[in-house]
Amino acid sequence: MSNASTATATGAVPDFEHRHAAHCESGTVATLLRTRGLDLSEAMVFGIGGGFFFLYLPWLKMGGMPLTAYRDAPRCIIKNVCKRLGVRMRSERFRNPDEGMRALDALLAQGTPVGLQTNIFWLPYFPADMRFQYNGHNMVAYGKRGDEYLISDPVTDRTVTCPADALRRARFAKGVFAPRGLLYYPESVPAAPDLERVLPLAIRATAKRMVGIPLPVFGVRGIRFLAKHLESWPARYGVKKANALVGNVVRMQEEIGTGGAGFRFLYSAFLQEAGQLLNRPEWVEAAAALGATGDRWREFAILGAQLVKGRETADSAYRKLAETLRDCAAQEERIFTRLKTVV
Amino acid sequence: MKTSDVPQDDSILGEHRRACYALDEHGRYVVVASRGWEVEKVMNAQAVDEIRAQVETLRAQTLRGEVSPLAYHMARCQMTPGLLAANAGVWRWRVKRHLAPRPFARLDRAMLERYADALGMTVEALTQVPEKEQA
Repeated sequence: MSNASTATATGAVPDFEHRHAAHCESGTVATLLRTRGLDLSEAMVFGIGGGFFFLYLPWLKMGGMPLTAYRDAPRCIIKNVCKRLGVRMRSERFRNPDEGMRALDALLAQGTPVGLQTNIFWLPYFPADMRFQYNGHNMVAYGKRGDEYLISDPVTDRTVTCPADALRRARFAKGVFAPRGLLYYPESVPAAPDLERVLPLAIRATAKRMVGIPLPVFGVRGIRFLAKHLESWPARYGVKKANALVGNVVRMQEEIGTGGAGFRFLYSAFLQEAGQLLNRPEWVEAAAALGATGDRWREFAILGAQLVKGRETADSAYRKLAETLRDCAAQEERIFTRLKTVV
Repeated sequence: MKTSDVPQDDSILGEHRRACYALDEHGRYVVVASRGWEVEKVMNAQAVDEIRAQVETLRAQTLRGEVSPLAYHMARCQMTPGLLAANAGVWRWRVKRHLAPRPFARLDRAMLERYADALGMTVEALTQVPEKEQA
């Protein structure tokens, strides 16, 4: 890993500043906007992009596990941020990998930092045990040195390099959410977006999604749905498989770049910053409440780990897990029902 | 969570650091670089061990001539026949067929190259499996 200050290669963006982020998509968008003069924190980008969500789709299996997500679909942050702030983002996909790599090189040669969608399995700078076949990873390329790309991956604490061959593989991997070489960069960024208008709108949209979708799988209802299913897992699948399913939920919450507690702390940070910026004490209050919910989600993770380690007898443990989930659901229901009305 | 509560456990991360949001002494959120969390390690190990066990079974089966080396390398890259088919540009039913030793042994160089490329390895490596269990 090389440091940002030593990145004086040909085709590198001058004075590029790397910032450590919790989530790849919000971190990437924040970096791209900052290079064009709009300095928003990752939390602000995450909040404005409406990244916060919950969904549990038991019928949609990913690697044999029911899909559980603590966030909205990939690319939703990019889409919402562009729409709400009035950013014009240029996106390109490529059928031909050679063409895709040439286009990237040309942009870097002009000094344009570029957002890339990649498959994490092929990125050599990640620890081996974190590399899974997942196509929705976002990062910024800001230069090229010989056969290596200079990468600002928001979820790493410093800049890294990636060999061209690996990057090409990562950009053109196939499967679910196949990136098809996607690259993107802002063409125009407003100097001073109207946050007085945008922030309430973004918070209202997220609150509505959390408590207002009349389907059992989304938002707070999704959390309760998961609690109900989770209780029946040991009887339905046997303890071993049931434990693996719990493990999968916890990994979605903690391992997959969420800033802790499945984005709850990240969104809480957004509410705090937004509330202080626009002087809305009710948002700051909601931030504190959501932070407390985040702590409760962490307890869920700890319980899950004890179960997997075999320190808990299965039946009571599953009941406790489900209770914790219901508690999180109740707290979030209160928070977002209020946010929907006060905004 | 307070900054002092951000876990700094030995974990899967190695040199890597994870960004966590936590409250500083003034009650404001800041980003704290975490070395990892025990909980995360336990859950990750559960998933990784499962994959490793599968890969190891396939390695032994390959050595016994029950499956082709392609089956081993496919599992090592965490791919299903469908995903390998998409990456190599081969029909899925053909991939499934090539997981058996005999049809695999009859593949020509061009086909082997397609698989090798999709799995990020050389043709020579693709036609073999390691004698010993991989860490």
